[in-house]
Amino acid sequence: MENITQAIQGIPLNHYILLSAIIFAIGVMGVLIRRNAIVIFMSVELMLNAVNLLLTAFSAYRGDAAGQVFVFFIMALAAAEVAVGLAIIVMVYRNTSSVDINVLNKLKW
Amino acid sequence: MDILLLLLLPIAGAAITAIMGSSPKAKYAALASSLISLAYAICLVARFQPEAGTQFLVNQPWLTSIGINFKAGIDGISLLLVLLTNGLLPLIVLAGFKQHQSGAFYGLMLFMQAGLLTVFTALDAFLFYVGWEAALIPIYFICALWGGENRIKVNLKFFVYTIFGSLFMLLAIIYLHLQTPGKTYDIQDFYALNLDATTQGWIFWAFFLAFAIKMPVFPFHTWQPDTYTEAPTAGTMLLSGIMLKMGIYGVIRWLIPVAPLGFSQWGQTALILSIIGVVYAAVIAFTQKDVKRLVAYSSISHVGLISAGIFVWNVQGLQGAMIQMLNHGINVVGMFFVLDIIIRRVGTREIASMGGIAKSAPQLAITFLIILLGTVALPLTNGFIGEFLLLMGIYQYNLWLAVVAGLTIIFGAVYMLRMYQQVMLGEANKATEKFADLDFTEKGVLYIICALVILIGVYPQPILNISEPAVSQLIEVVNAKLLAR
Amino acid sequence: MINLVYLVPVFPLIGFLINGLGRNVWSKTLVSWIGSLAILLSFGLSLGIFFELQAATQKSFLVPIFDWISVGSLHIPFSFLVDPLSAIMLLIVTGIGFLIHVYSSGYMHEDAGFAKFFAYLNLFIFFMLLLVLGSNYVVMFIGWEGVGLCSYLLIGFWFTNGNYASAAKKAFVINRIGDLGFLLGVFLIYSTFGSVEFAQVFPQAALMAPGNATLALITILLFIGATGKSAQLPLFTWLPDAMAGPTPVSALIHAATMVTAGIYMITRSNILFTLAPFTTEIIAVVGLATAIVAALIALTQNDIKKVLAYSTVSQLGYMFLGLGVGAYTGAFFHVITHAFFKALLFLGAGSVIHAMHHEQDMRSMGGLRQKLPITFLTMLTGTIAISGLPPFSGFFSKDEILAHAYEHSPILWAIGVAGAMLTAFYMFRMLFLTFFGTFRGTKDQEKHLHESPASMTIPLVVLAILSIVGGFIGVPEVLGGHHWLAQFLSPVLAYTNAVAGETIPLDHATEYLLMCISVGAALISIAVAYVIYISRKAVPAADTEERSFLSNLSYHKFYIDELYSAIITRPLDIISQFFFKVVDKLGIDGLVNGIGTSAKEASKTLRLIQTGNVGFYIFMMVLGIVALLIYGFYHI
Repeated sequence: MENITQAIQGIPLNHYILLSAIIFAIGVMGVLIRRNAIVIFMSVELMLNAVNLLLTAFSAYRGDAAGQVFVFFIMALAAAEVAVGLAIIVMVYRNTSSVDINVLNKLKW
Repeated sequence: MDILLLLLLPIAGAAITAIMGSSPKAKYAALASSLISLAYAICLVARFQPEAGTQFLVNQPWLTSIGINFKAGIDGISLLLVLLTNGLLPLIVLAGFKQHQSGAFYGLMLFMQAGLLTVFTALDAFLFYVGWEAALIPIYFICALWGGENRIKVNLKFFVYTIFGSLFMLLAIIYLHLQTPGKTYDIQDFYALNLDATTQGWIFWAFFLAFAIKMPVFPFHTWQPDTYTEAPTAGTMLLSGIMLKMGIYGVIRWLIPVAPLGFSQWGQTALILSIIGVVYAAVIAFTQKDVKRLVAYSSISHVGLISAGIFVWNVQGLQGAMIQMLNHGINVVGMFFVLDIIIRRVGTREIASMGGIAKSAPQLAITFLIILLGTVALPLTNGFIGEFLLLMGIYQYNLWLAVVAGLTIIFGAVYMLRMYQQVMLGEANKATEKFADLDFTEKGVLYIICALVILIGVYPQPILNISEPAVSQLIEVVNAKLLAR
Repeated sequence: MINLVYLVPVFPLIGFLINGLGRNVWSKTLVSWIGSLAILLSFGLSLGIFFELQAATQKSFLVPIFDWISVGSLHIPFSFLVDPLSAIMLLIVTGIGFLIHVYSSGYMHEDAGFAKFFAYLNLFIFFMLLLVLGSNYVVMFIGWEGVGLCSYLLIGFWFTNGNYASAAKKAFVINRIGDLGFLLGVFLIYSTFGSVEFAQVFPQAALMAPGNATLALITILLFIGATGKSAQLPLFTWLPDAMAGPTPVSALIHAATMVTAGIYMITRSNILFTLAPFTTEIIAVVGLATAIVAALIALTQNDIKKVLAYSTVSQLGYMFLGLGVGAYTGAFFHVITHAFFKALLFLGAGSVIHAMHHEQDMRSMGGLRQKLPITFLTMLTGTIAISGLPPFSGFFSKDEILAHAYEHSPILWAIGVAGAMLTAFYMFRMLFLTFFGTFRGTKDQEKHLHESPASMTIPLVVLAILSIVGGFIGVPEVLGGHHWLAQFLSPVLAYTNAVAGETIPLDHATEYLLMCISVGAALISIAVAYVIYISRKAVPAADTEERSFLSNLSYHKFYIDELYSAIITRPLDIISQFFFKVVDKLGIDGLVNGIGTSAKEASKTLRLIQTGNVGFYIFMMVLGIVALLIYGFYHI
């Protein structure tokens, strides 16, 4: 344990922040730009993981386990979300033969 | 505990009646419940000491963590309104006997009674507000489920309008609550606040808006004619006979004593609005073609006078307002009941298609005339006592306002007698020539109302005595605060 | 006896209740007995009170009944005042009331609403007695409005006729205009004197300076009340229409009692008026103008009751002239004599109408002298009395008013005499057209002509006797009398007499001259009427014929009804519709609904943002998050 912490601390915190920011931004762009529901879903996961990474990094730097507990909760939540989300996407595909989100514009006004 | 019992009686009655559902006995249960409430109110009157201030006080902790107590009590002002509520309810229940068999209908009425009684006895602003809104919900359903053709639209307007006003009152109550030293909703703490004049001005308007919409005072009255016209008759009676008194009572108990400086700045504006309403609504009533709408406008006119009597804030005006609230309740319930009888038998609300009813229904003609005379304030009827004191109160404030308000004496006679002539007198037509006279229940209700009209007109002093000490004390409280500045 | 005064109004009230509640039960005979007996008892009691009062040294008795309204410093007891003024009024109201009840039992015998009629009459007497007996302005106001109600009920007695119902409504509403003035006057009295009791107001008022502005305002307001009830300009139009009621009603309410309430009230408040010279000038002018205008209208009316109605308005005008020139006794004297002869005339007219089967147009009458001898003789008495020929009662009272008017201003007197000429003319025109010449009605009517039953003729005879001798209660000193009435009323007028001081009476020569002139003028008028309607046998033109401008003006009552309709009634209806449709529906309700509609419109527009495009939603969400980030960056 001690080593891992040291190994993590070997890299300056700024790098983690930067990496997380980049991954998060990629996720955001993916959600914004892509039209395939599955890709958007993956991008959402990417954002979640960017946050996870950041939480872990802070946790390690501050020597506080709370951040890592959060990460576990988020992972559990993400898993649940994937289960529901993918189920929805499968149903959408069965009904429309497509996972293009632009087709799903019935829910308005 | 007296007040808890007072409030619980109608709630229990409502529950029983509602459970009985569509059983034909439900209405008898409602009548019994309302009569028990009335008997209890009479007991309270018998035990009441006019000089002794607030009595039957109940002060139970309720939601203590946020400063809310179940505090209620009865003084002379409250007592008259409790008497009015519990006295009119049996009549209103009886008036509905013919058309309404559903237990839900009567249950709602009794539940509304509980809400009204809460308003009239509450000494805690939160409790007052709860009662205020609790009385609105049943009447909404009464009107929405049993009303006329346009009921949904008209009701929505009524409901939203009233809630809109209440919202400002709620804001004012919360503001005042935050200002009290002990963070309470107690009326005495509200009275003791020493806010600056500007703040009190805002408080005044926030309360006034809620009360003015409820009464209604010109120009907040436009929901009223539609609602009175579309509501089932029992609903109209509840609205006009009792519910609008909530607004008037609010002005006396909450608005002016809580914001005396606001009152000294804006009271005159409110007074003038009220008096405009007196004349304006009376003039509109001249040419109405729908009987219910005509009486609705006349009610605006009469209530404007009551409101004006309060805003002049002297003992004659206030006492006039107190007794006129009672009288207006009695008269307007009688009036709507008579109209309901006529409308049901003729099958229309159009004045033009009536006429000549007096020939075939002399009993109805006489009772209608007595109620009408009460409404136009003929001496020796109840209306005269009220209008005389109100006009005298206004007169002491300002001669010219009294002259304008006094036009109601003339205008009232014009529109009421026009209506009477067109409805009752003249030759009968096809629709009215076989008009059946009053039956047993109708006679019961109308005879009681007529007896009250004359009795109060001939010997009003016992009623005046009930409220006089409370009224003078309230005036002193406010005047002391005004002088202190 | 005086302590029992509360019974005087109670008897009629009991009569009203018995007849009203049992109207479908009792027989007509029983009803008329109950109704008349109630009034007879009151009359007997009134007589007792009158004699006791005359014997007593104290001239004013306050009889409290109960506390009526008491709020703050305002105390209004329900109490009665017995003094010479109210004692005489009691006698008039119950006495003439009784005669008219007896008369009605014959006149209304065929009517289906017989019991209702008697109940209403009893109720009227009850309210009239309250008006007379009230010891303060508010109790007086009970009677004041109450008689208005009875007048409404009785004018509209045959309510199935739409016109009658309208006439009733008109009477009530116009009276209400006056009543508002009265009520405001009462308020001003209360705020000035701190009481509405006569016994407290008058002594305080007596201390005020003449010409006091408050007193002027009080008296003007009270006078407005009097113009409504006593049918003076500009509020007199209801009285002629009120003839829609049964004839006994016209005699009792619209001639003898109710319409004189205004004069009673002003006489009662004499000190207030004496100290308000401005108001009395107005009263004199209004009274005289009314007297003349009404007399001019009466000249061309063809309906026998309309002639009498306008004559009543005109005579009331004389009474107000008397009040205006300070002749309170004279005005009240005229109230008494007028009650006798005008009730007589109306009842006589009723007898004629009865005989003619409800025909009221004089153009269809004529020559009734032989068929209705008693009616003719009694009506002749009444006509002479009203025309002011000595020694009939009208002469004394009218002359007293005119003499005071002359003291005040000869112009008023001259116009008054002109009015008296008109009176003599139209009254004799009526008499000649009705009873002289040849019968102009249908054969059928002619066959059924008959003298009325005894129940109707006996009251006529009694009233005729009273019309002849009634004047002797006030024979002036110049004619060798003592003017008993003036002496009897002097306690009521004590304050006025103290303020006004001793006026220098006219010297006897002038007074004789004035009398001669007015009597001469009346005789000339009668002669002219004789020439036109007997010698030349003129008959008024049918409605279809062309009339000269002046005659048209008179026949159409100076178009006053049309004028009121054009400047008051119709504009109010238009305003009403304008308020309802424009101000209320479009303006205020439009604003209220506008708020609702604008919320709806806003939501209609805003919902378009909800495109259903998920990408757009996400984009907006990101934008929002970025905005929050920036906000947080700068503010935290």
